[in-house]
Amino acid sequence: MSDSNKVALSVTCIVDQLFPEIGVATVELLRMAGYSVEFPEKQTCCGQPFSNSGFMPEAVKMAKQNIELFEPYDYVVLPNGSCTAMMRVEYLHYLEKEPQWHTRAEALSKKTYELSEFLVRVADWKPAASANAPSVTFHASCHTKRLLGMHETPRALLAAAGCKIIEMEDPDRCCGFGGVFCVRMADISNAMTRTKLDLALKTGADRMVTVDPGCMMQMQGLLKEKSTTFRIQHLANFLLEVSK
Amino acid sequence: MTATFEKFHADARKVIADPRYQFAIEDATHTKNVKRTAAAAAYPPYEPLRDHLKAVRSSILSQLGVHLETFEKNAQNAGATVHWAENGEAACQIIADICERHGATRVVKGKSMASEEVHLNHYLEKEGISPVETDLGEWIIQQAGDPPAHIIAPAIHLTRYEIAKIFERVTGEDVDPENVEGMTAMARGILRDKFLSAEVGITGGNVAIAESGSIVLVMNEGNGRMTTSLPPVLIMLIGIEKVVPNWNDASAVLSLLARAATGQALSQYTTIVTGPAREDESEGPKEVHYVLLDNGRSKLIGTKYEEILRCIRCGTCLNVCPVYRKIGGSVYNTPVSGPIGSVFTPLIAGLNEYVALPHASTLCGECLKYCPVRIDFPRMFLDLRSDEVEQKVLPWRDRVIERFAARVMSTGWLYHLLFGIGRIFQVPFIKDRQFHLPKWINPAKERRLPAFGKRSFHQVWAKGEIKDDRS
Repeated sequence: MSDSNKVALSVTCIVDQLFPEIGVATVELLRMAGYSVEFPEKQTCCGQPFSNSGFMPEAVKMAKQNIELFEPYDYVVLPNGSCTAMMRVEYLHYLEKEPQWHTRAEALSKKTYELSEFLVRVADWKPAASANAPSVTFHASCHTKRLLGMHETPRALLAAAGCKIIEMEDPDRCCGFGGVFCVRMADISNAMTRTKLDLALKTGADRMVTVDPGCMMQMQGLLKEKSTTFRIQHLANFLLEVSK
Repeated sequence: MTATFEKFHADARKVIADPRYQFAIEDATHTKNVKRTAAAAAYPPYEPLRDHLKAVRSSILSQLGVHLETFEKNAQNAGATVHWAENGEAACQIIADICERHGATRVVKGKSMASEEVHLNHYLEKEGISPVETDLGEWIIQQAGDPPAHIIAPAIHLTRYEIAKIFERVTGEDVDPENVEGMTAMARGILRDKFLSAEVGITGGNVAIAESGSIVLVMNEGNGRMTTSLPPVLIMLIGIEKVVPNWNDASAVLSLLARAATGQALSQYTTIVTGPAREDESEGPKEVHYVLLDNGRSKLIGTKYEEILRCIRCGTCLNVCPVYRKIGGSVYNTPVSGPIGSVFTPLIAGLNEYVALPHASTLCGECLKYCPVRIDFPRMFLDLRSDEVEQKVLPWRDRVIERFAARVMSTGWLYHLLFGIGRIFQVPFIKDRQFHLPKWINPAKERRLPAFGKRSFHQVWAKGEIKDDRS
């Protein structure tokens, strides 16, 4: 681990194109934590949509692009648990048979962090406690929890911000997203999302927070319009809002 | 039987729209998960045993031929006849021949996933032999004409109200759905006569023990023991991967199997069959046949899919799978459903026929997390999907679209160009940052897809608009 205070932001394609405000909040949080942020502008996608659909040569090509792109940096931070898992865990599998690339993938793996994980474990930063922070329930997304083995850091940041965390039943139950699954098997996907939303709404919390934009997008798509004040937010935007 | 995308989607839509089915499946899997969690917590060796059993099962598979030959020799020494069935058809033929040799038309059956896999009942019926399922759940679905909806609990998709209706139809009597014990007693009465008159009993098997030539049968109803002891001829059908070298290893399987499957320390009945009744024994079958079923298993050895053969058929991956918990077993259209079926069935019955199954997962990882022998299902879903692309099994439209998407997503200028165009053309369809499309044109059906941001993060960054307090 380096004592550098520079990080490269891998904003991820979903944030880049659909939710740029998550990227903005991520940059602001990283700066509040004392880091200067660089954004390698050649970045596009980590390749996960393609490896998950079985298009391995295409995904491997993207893995190599990212390994090269982020090689000069000491840290790579992503506001996206699933893409973090792709870069940290999956690249190693996909490049198993190419030793030189595998070594480079290992180097990337070791310096890649999901945002909340970076803020807590590397930056040792936490938000100031707010007296009137909303109550939240936390969606422990599958890849963040099971592939990264990480579910404490987002909750630690929420608690530090003064939030009351109301755990839903099965907080790590899948939201139904699953990448291409959400359109390839849309009916099943939507049924899963409804169950997840029911569990979240049952808590009576003001917000649901997640570190996975994919899950956020999925659940927002079935949240009833206007009928509820309940909101689903990315942790970065939530923390920024609460700390202001 | 097939699971093409069209059929899979159509079947899934039906059960998703049925609130009664949804309740039954959610409730039953929830109960199983609660029980398994409690049983594992009450038994400290549970977690270390998972690693142990994974290692044991893996090492067995690397020596499978040796263990099977030892099993055959010791089974023959114990007086059993051993048959090798290369495929499902051969297994059915062997079993039908045994029945015919004894002039048997009345056959009782214990629950057996292997017999479901080879569609044994269907085959026997064609031969004029009427097999009667004697496991309560199996008997119910046999009356209903349904395939098993779960490895362990075949009638998991039916509520007591529907089961009462089935009983009414079969018996012609009024049945009170609240009186579950009454219904059980009714089935017991019907089945008792079948046991006493049966000429042949057929069961599956959970473990085959090479050192003694025994087959262990794990059951929660007395039907298994009656099927193995009352009829004069007993046939046991078992997959070749179920063999273990010795009783120590069998005990490791049994210690995890019941806990994982039903949350019990041990099932109500653990029946061990080692050949026919000895001369000085007054009870038990006079003739015992073990039918060892390959049906595509041996060709998996040494491939990236070998570990699927570690499976002990406990059903845990079904209970924890959020997809299974929405669609139940019937939609998979294969007796072994859920994550295990989504890998096992395409491998043995054909990827073309079951093209949809490897996609019936969000790769959430629950199955891997809880599988007692730690089978890496998500990895195998990915491998199967990759095989589908390579072998052109995935529909060509999907292949064209996704290859094009990959080109766009990996080529900077195309990526910015196409999303830029999308940003312009989306305007008439957008409200509150979401697309509002009619359901028939929306690939996400009733779920609203998000709009593209007014500008991409790339554009925001390039304008230098994110304020930097430190500069």
